[in-house]
Amino acid sequence: MKVSIEVNGRPVTEEVPDRTLLVHFLRDTAGLTATNIGCDTTSCGACTVLLDGESVKSCTVLAAQADGHAVTTVEGLSGADGALHPVQRAFREQHGLQCGFCTPGMIMASVSLLADNPEPTRDEVRAGLEGNLCRCTGYHNIVSAVIDASGQEVDR
Amino acid sequence: MIPASFEYLRASTVDDALALLASHGEEAKVLAGGHSLLPLMKLRLAAPEYLVDIGPLDELRYVRLEGADVVIGALSRYSDLTRDPVLLEHAPLLAHVSGEVGDRQVRHRGTIGGSLVHADAAADLPAAVLASDAVLVARGPAGERRIPAAEFFLGPFTTPLEPSELLTEIRLPAQTGQGWGFEKFTRRAIDWAMVGVTVTGGRVGLVNMGGVPLRATATEQALAAGASIEDAAALAAEGTNPPDEPHATAEYRRHLARVLTRRALTQAASRT
Repeated sequence: MKVSIEVNGRPVTEEVPDRTLLVHFLRDTAGLTATNIGCDTTSCGACTVLLDGESVKSCTVLAAQADGHAVTTVEGLSGADGALHPVQRAFREQHGLQCGFCTPGMIMASVSLLADNPEPTRDEVRAGLEGNLCRCTGYHNIVSAVIDASGQEVDR
Repeated sequence: MIPASFEYLRASTVDDALALLASHGEEAKVLAGGHSLLPLMKLRLAAPEYLVDIGPLDELRYVRLEGADVVIGALSRYSDLTRDPVLLEHAPLLAHVSGEVGDRQVRHRGTIGGSLVHADAAADLPAAVLASDAVLVARGPAGERRIPAAEFFLGPFTTPLEPSELLTEIRLPAQTGQGWGFEKFTRRAIDWAMVGVTVTGGRVGLVNMGGVPLRATATEQALAAGASIEDAAALAAEGTNPPDEPHATAEYRRHLARVLTRRALTQAASRT
């Protein structure tokens, strides 16, 4: 079917098989490969993107379901001048990554979490990111990064 | 993993969805949030020829009070339900349980109706709806019919809905001011419950203690007869037939049911 999705503010329209998953549309059709496929079973959160501003696991959404909607990937977070989004900046400053594979999903899940809860506690960050797995187990600094991004003092 | 090929059909109204289901019948599956169906299709455990997407039907997304009933549109998402002011006041168990399903991403997509028609005994919502004495409203070619939750879960992944019917609404007596509690035991944060217990107004629904969600009838009767929480909870596994698996034996699950029921009843007592 013909699917048209506004990806990072740019309309992407393509005739794709009905069974195309959103994550494949983003990677293969839109050419945006930052969004990773991890478990492919709605568990790990590596493929998290924003659909109409809310975090979703793009391995478990059909491209057809996103037809006519807006998707943001981690490529769409930085400003036109390339300036990092506050969550990206905080992940870098707090070293909220080790191998980096989970990072695009972690960042998108964090953006969505902060939209709902702008000043979370460390426990709330951990609960809010329960759908994102870090295979390096580097959660401590990820939590610090979200606290930092929220403008709160990072208390280790 | 990619689902087997299917033809995607998008419904624009409930009537439209019913017409699509009527013409494609047994070969069609309804797609709501897709968070039970799409994983099954990716594993090729389900391979419908047609998907009827009801996602755009905003007419099925609502929560309201109608007289003494709380009425919920079947397409309401967990993330909507968990913060809905009507639900928080008049059906707090359902609001809370909706916030405990899966993770935030899942709750942005998954719907109450989708969970109920999927009829997985390990899911949280069916047991909560059962404990809430809910009535499920389905529409089909012959019109509307109402099915009590107690008659809705026929077996694992099995409901009385015909292929041409659509679950449209969940109605439950308002639980305003009732004590409620919810406990579930998982090995990891987003796992399905090994066992879960839902309590509202002295009614107890059990998650994953058999092929269907169950009421802890012996516990409810003991409570009604004035038994202590301790004594009533000790009966929570009576009449259950929980799955027996290497990581959680049936005996272990019966133990969990008793412990979690005691905790959930204690929570409920503290909220009255």
